[in-house]
Amino acid sequence: MSDLFEDYSIAAERTGAYDEMFAPGQAARPSYRQLAGALDGLSLADVSARADSMARTFLDRGVTFDYAGEERPFPLDIVPRVIPAGEWTVLERGVAQRVQALEAFLNDVYGKMAVVSDGVIPRRLVTTSQHFHRQVHGFEPAGGVRVHISGIDVVRDAVGTFRVLEDNVRVPSGVSYVLENRRAMAKGLPEAFSQQPIRPVEEYPRRLLSALRKTAPAGVDDPTVVVLTPGVFNSAYFEHTLLAGLMGVELVEGRDLICRGNRVYMRTTAGEQRVDVIYKRIDDDFLDPLQFRSDSMLGCPGLVNAARAGGVTIANAVGNGVADDKLVYSYVPDLIRYYLGEEPIIANVDTYRLEEDAAREEVLDRLDELVVKPVDGSGGKGLVIGPDATREELETLRSRVLTDPRGWIAQPVLQLSTVPTLSGDKFGPRHVDLRPFAINDGDDVWVLPGGLTRVALKEGSLIVNSSQGGGSKDTWVLAESPDVPIEAEPRHSISIRERTSVWPVESSWRDRDRQAEQQQQ
Amino acid sequence: MLSRIAESLFWIGRYVERADGTARILDVHLERLNHLPPEEQRSVAQELLGVMGSRPEKDEFGLSELLHALAYDRSHATSIAGSLGAARENARRARETVSSSLWECLNTTFYGLSQHRKDVVGTYRFCNWVLERTAMARGHADTTMSHDEGWQFMVLGRSLERADMTARMLSTREVHTAGMSWVNMLRCAGAYESFLRTRRAAFDDRHAAEFLLMDRLFPRSIVYALRDADKALEKLDPSDQRVGFINDARRIVGQARTFLEFHRTDDLMVELPEHMERVQKAVAQASDAISRKYFNRADEQAWVGEVS
Repeated sequence: MSDLFEDYSIAAERTGAYDEMFAPGQAARPSYRQLAGALDGLSLADVSARADSMARTFLDRGVTFDYAGEERPFPLDIVPRVIPAGEWTVLERGVAQRVQALEAFLNDVYGKMAVVSDGVIPRRLVTTSQHFHRQVHGFEPAGGVRVHISGIDVVRDAVGTFRVLEDNVRVPSGVSYVLENRRAMAKGLPEAFSQQPIRPVEEYPRRLLSALRKTAPAGVDDPTVVVLTPGVFNSAYFEHTLLAGLMGVELVEGRDLICRGNRVYMRTTAGEQRVDVIYKRIDDDFLDPLQFRSDSMLGCPGLVNAARAGGVTIANAVGNGVADDKLVYSYVPDLIRYYLGEEPIIANVDTYRLEEDAAREEVLDRLDELVVKPVDGSGGKGLVIGPDATREELETLRSRVLTDPRGWIAQPVLQLSTVPTLSGDKFGPRHVDLRPFAINDGDDVWVLPGGLTRVALKEGSLIVNSSQGGGSKDTWVLAESPDVPIEAEPRHSISIRERTSVWPVESSWRDRDRQAEQQQQ
Repeated sequence: MLSRIAESLFWIGRYVERADGTARILDVHLERLNHLPPEEQRSVAQELLGVMGSRPEKDEFGLSELLHALAYDRSHATSIAGSLGAARENARRARETVSSSLWECLNTTFYGLSQHRKDVVGTYRFCNWVLERTAMARGHADTTMSHDEGWQFMVLGRSLERADMTARMLSTREVHTAGMSWVNMLRCAGAYESFLRTRRAAFDDRHAAEFLLMDRLFPRSIVYALRDADKALEKLDPSDQRVGFINDARRIVGQARTFLEFHRTDDLMVELPEHMERVQKAVAQASDAISRKYFNRADEQAWVGEVS
């Protein structure tokens, strides 16, 4: 091992977490061998030159996120995270299973609520959820799909088992970094790619577009898809532009849209053009001032009615937030059994429901050992990690939990798995999570091989969010057999080189040229 | 204007465009080459060099030799460094005609050639840098020089070379046994986003090839580039407005373009190699015809003299 990994095993042992790259004793796990070999051949100067070059590329390309009103490049670490084929198959099935259960749950919740009458979950749970929108109750969305795009966050616990940490079925973001990371890595660490079949990610935009088109309202032959963005000030604006660009569709803002007669149109230079599918990248609250916040300037009045009348497909459907409520999360294993009749493939993290008296009492006693999260938060907002919190923070938390026990859940502190990450002049273990992305077109759930691995760049930190000092890693899923082509493009039959000439026989000027040449000689 | 100066300007146009095209091709293939096992890497590298119109000098020809031959070899105009050196040499000869900003741009570029790491990762940045510098050279040429006869020669060279480079780019797809994906071919030509916007959901090999060959609005497509060349030729020789063409170059360029533009086929992919070959041939012949007509009067007059 080169000096870059000096002391790595000591640091890894100290974290007490599962290390993705090295088994105890610093032997690279089989899936990481190729990578370890490639890194071995590099000196510190090489590694930092490449890391700098990658960071510069990101800044040049505008791969940034918005932090406190400032554009920052999203830090990409040079060591990728590798997932062997076997582990991925399980994850893939588990994610798809979860998406299907949540899809069924949402259909039920906004319909007959059989799940409540059958006693699987209490009615209160649904009706008290911040994101249960009565405005969209009682109709099936055009196209029949609610969770078109989802991101299911998974982590590995101390013994290396994958567990679901949370579901994102409203507006999951981050897929643009998956696409950009792969491009940057192909140029930044080319050695590690050779002779190792890594499953491609570039088909994502095509899959997404085809799923969106497939779920268009009935009777539309050639659906027009648009991406609806809140505008350039949104932190994920880069992603909106990238996806719209790669799908070749318009990126619209609310003011570009008009609803009339329960149909949606966009204003173009050629007049108004009908819009059939909206890939919505704004929060439900801002979508339609007629139904939600009336002061919203980001949405377009009438969208929800148009969706109700079946004139437009909104992806993801309005009101999905009830399914990624963190208290509902604690019931998802039951929902999987109830709707699909299967056992969950990936387990949840143990979760205390603070509404239950016994659980609440226990949690309040052990507040300094647990993680407490607000049920409707995302992006790590409002979350309190007990061992790291000050006494005052814990006291505030205690009173907030007591006033609104429905609003909080508690979980044990997980030592997320670690991957070597460049920090200063050597590699150190840093905690990571993983967000696989799934696309549901109504018939199939397709899971993008890999997903976004976020990494906490601060030593010992468990918070991977980009807004709190997190970065990302390229995520490689190894293909089952080495024969799988790196690019999934079928080879066209040109190789036969049939010479059926279609050009006219070269005309007389050629002969004249010859003559000219002869004359000149 | 002096034939000698016109020739220099024509070749500045060609060499700058060649550097740009070679950088694009190298950039996208390098990524692919890196994924291959060593033996295959060697054979693909050789074929790639063949498509770019050169032959390996040594038997031992692998990735690093390819980098040298296509990027850093100053002694051959096949390489980026060679092309940019030649462009600068031509600009030096026509220094009183080109604008000082164009000259400075080419000269600075020439001195910047040696300031790059010559390994794989360095070459990526080198290619990027070349794209920037050539774009700058084109911008200076277009905005700081009068669009007079001299500039037309430069545009003529640029357009012909562009058609040739796009044809080569399309031919390089075949050097990989698994074929190069069309996404990468389009990226290579900088056409990916434009293509997606025109094609939307319908996306396959055929459409991508069609786009790079025949799109009437995308500047790097062969039809567009040949049309540009045709326009420049027309400006340079406004005499034949009515019937027929005495000007060989115009006929060659026009025939190639119209053949592609009005060609109708069900099996473009099978015909592709032929199209590419013929386009490259047409460019070479047009270039010869231009030389004969404008740069090399001595020969042409001798020939006319003998006939009459």
